[in-house]
Amino acid sequence: MEALVSLGIGLLTACGLYLVLRPSTFSVVLGLTLLSYAVNTLIFFGGRLNATAPPLMLPGSSGHADPLPQALVLTAIVIGFGMTAYLVALALRAKGESGTDHVDAAEDR
Amino acid sequence: MSHLPILPVVIPLGAAALLLVLHGIGSAGKRIVSLVSVLALAAVAVALLWSASEGPIQVYRLGDWPAPYGIVIVLDRLAALMVALTAALALPVVLAATSGADTRGRHFHALLQLQIAGLSGAFLTGDLFNLFVFFEILLLASYGLLLHGGGLARARAGLAYVILNLVGSALFLIALGLLYGTLGTLNMADVATVLPLVAAQDQALVKTAAALLVAVFLLKAALLPLGFWLPHVYTAACLPVAVLFVIMTKVGVYALLRVSLTGFAAAPFTADLLQPWLPWLAIGTIAVGAVGALAADRLAMVVANVVLMSSGTLLLGVATSSIEATTAALYYLVHTTIVTAALFLLVDALARQRGALADSLGKGPRLASLMALGTAYLLLAVAASGAPPLSGLIGKLMVMQSLAGTGTGPAAWGALLVSGLVVALVLARAASAFFWEPGTADNAAPPASRASTGTRGLWLALILMLAVTPVLTLAAGPIAGYARATARELAAREAYVTAVLGMRATIERERRP
Repeated sequence: MEALVSLGIGLLTACGLYLVLRPSTFSVVLGLTLLSYAVNTLIFFGGRLNATAPPLMLPGSSGHADPLPQALVLTAIVIGFGMTAYLVALALRAKGESGTDHVDAAEDR
Repeated sequence: MSHLPILPVVIPLGAAALLLVLHGIGSAGKRIVSLVSVLALAAVAVALLWSASEGPIQVYRLGDWPAPYGIVIVLDRLAALMVALTAALALPVVLAATSGADTRGRHFHALLQLQIAGLSGAFLTGDLFNLFVFFEILLLASYGLLLHGGGLARARAGLAYVILNLVGSALFLIALGLLYGTLGTLNMADVATVLPLVAAQDQALVKTAAALLVAVFLLKAALLPLGFWLPHVYTAACLPVAVLFVIMTKVGVYALLRVSLTGFAAAPFTADLLQPWLPWLAIGTIAVGAVGALAADRLAMVVANVVLMSSGTLLLGVATSSIEATTAALYYLVHTTIVTAALFLLVDALARQRGALADSLGKGPRLASLMALGTAYLLLAVAASGAPPLSGLIGKLMVMQSLAGTGTGPAAWGALLVSGLVVALVLARAASAFFWEPGTADNAAPPASRASTGTRGLWLALILMLAVTPVLTLAAGPIAGYARATARELAAREAYVTAVLGMRATIERERRP
């Protein structure tokens, strides 16, 4: 299971990096979205994969799941979402001003 | 528990909220709120500096949860120094912005206050994830400030800057995820405690995470292969914003200093993480900055490259983790932050008197206030190029002295000396174009609209910074003394860890599988 999850995260990261390196802002935004998914899953699995651990502290329970990665990943999701929204707005603005979707907007291609 | 350490975050955050709620109060009202906030921040910064240099390390526990479970704000000498520098830049920025820059968009002052809150928070926090959050706050505010005023050049520089920093944030989070997964903590003092206990099979993973963290900080500090964004971004931003951006590269330097000395130096397998590659890359950064300064066609571009060079110089000091090197880096940090910020303000004042030519290097109209600007230029150019007798020379000598005897010493000496010569050359060439070769009488009168919109705030800010510049030389002894005490405090990791965590035996840890 661990190997499968690691491979999945690796694949997401690789696809994200490939898209971030593309010259059009649309691909870059998509790439950053993939990258942030990969990062969020990585943080989440920092608390280890465990299907049987109780999520809450109940009387008498032991070996409960680590709650901190969940809190961390929530913060990371919110920040990542806000940043992506800002980037989309910025990319649209740059496209509006230059007329192209190229990341080096001033050079006409 | 005194509430003083949290105030540098709360005051600007409150001011930003107030500015957003009262968005109808007009530009005069906004300026007053902003000015009151930065004045209060300056007062708090002085108090913090005082209490940090007098007493032991202060720890402010948010929600009174004990570390490492809760989040802590840690006030030591280094944090106090950095907050004081932020406050010292915030006041001139607000003053200079009142000379017209803040009316080009609606929420300039709110964004400015948010950025100040993020900066202070990043300097004060004792928790790595909180460091990430404050980084994001200051970055998000800086994205807005960079685009303030609009235009294609800003949109283009902004796009590159935002994408680069989003990738940086992703790397930061990967590093934090790996660190938490292996160490089970993100509190800096606790990281220092747990690092030496890491099992041999996990050490490679921890080292990878640490290396990723270093890469993110070096991106912010604009080290060689990651630093090409800096000149474009700093010259695209409107000038009062560029002044505040001067401290953004220092956030990277600060974070690297803090994390490497407090955290990574605690365990042998991460202690040598920065050697031997960082000094060489720092020398390369200085070289790139020097070439950039020679090739610049605008004075703002020259100053941006001086910022790049100073980043390289600082990282030379950080890479050599001796007390002398840290002391030298800290003194140089104070000097270079103040002087390059003052230079950006001077560029703004100069550009306003040259009409459409702005700050491009070339013959222009006769300046209206030739003497005042010329004197200011002379003072700042001497300080920036490291010529005697001002603080640039003292800072560079301290850095060079601390590097003597290290393997990269000779190369670093050469880079520092040649880069100083290049800066002196470029600034002298610019001076002859600005002050000694006035153009014909036809273009002598700058367009009235630009020159006459009240520049009182800008002048006040410039005078303030010019008054501080000689103080850096006159009070070099006390400042260097404070820097040395800071370096000693950073090297004495145990005191920091005990201040944050208290008695070590009481921490209950869950077992990581």
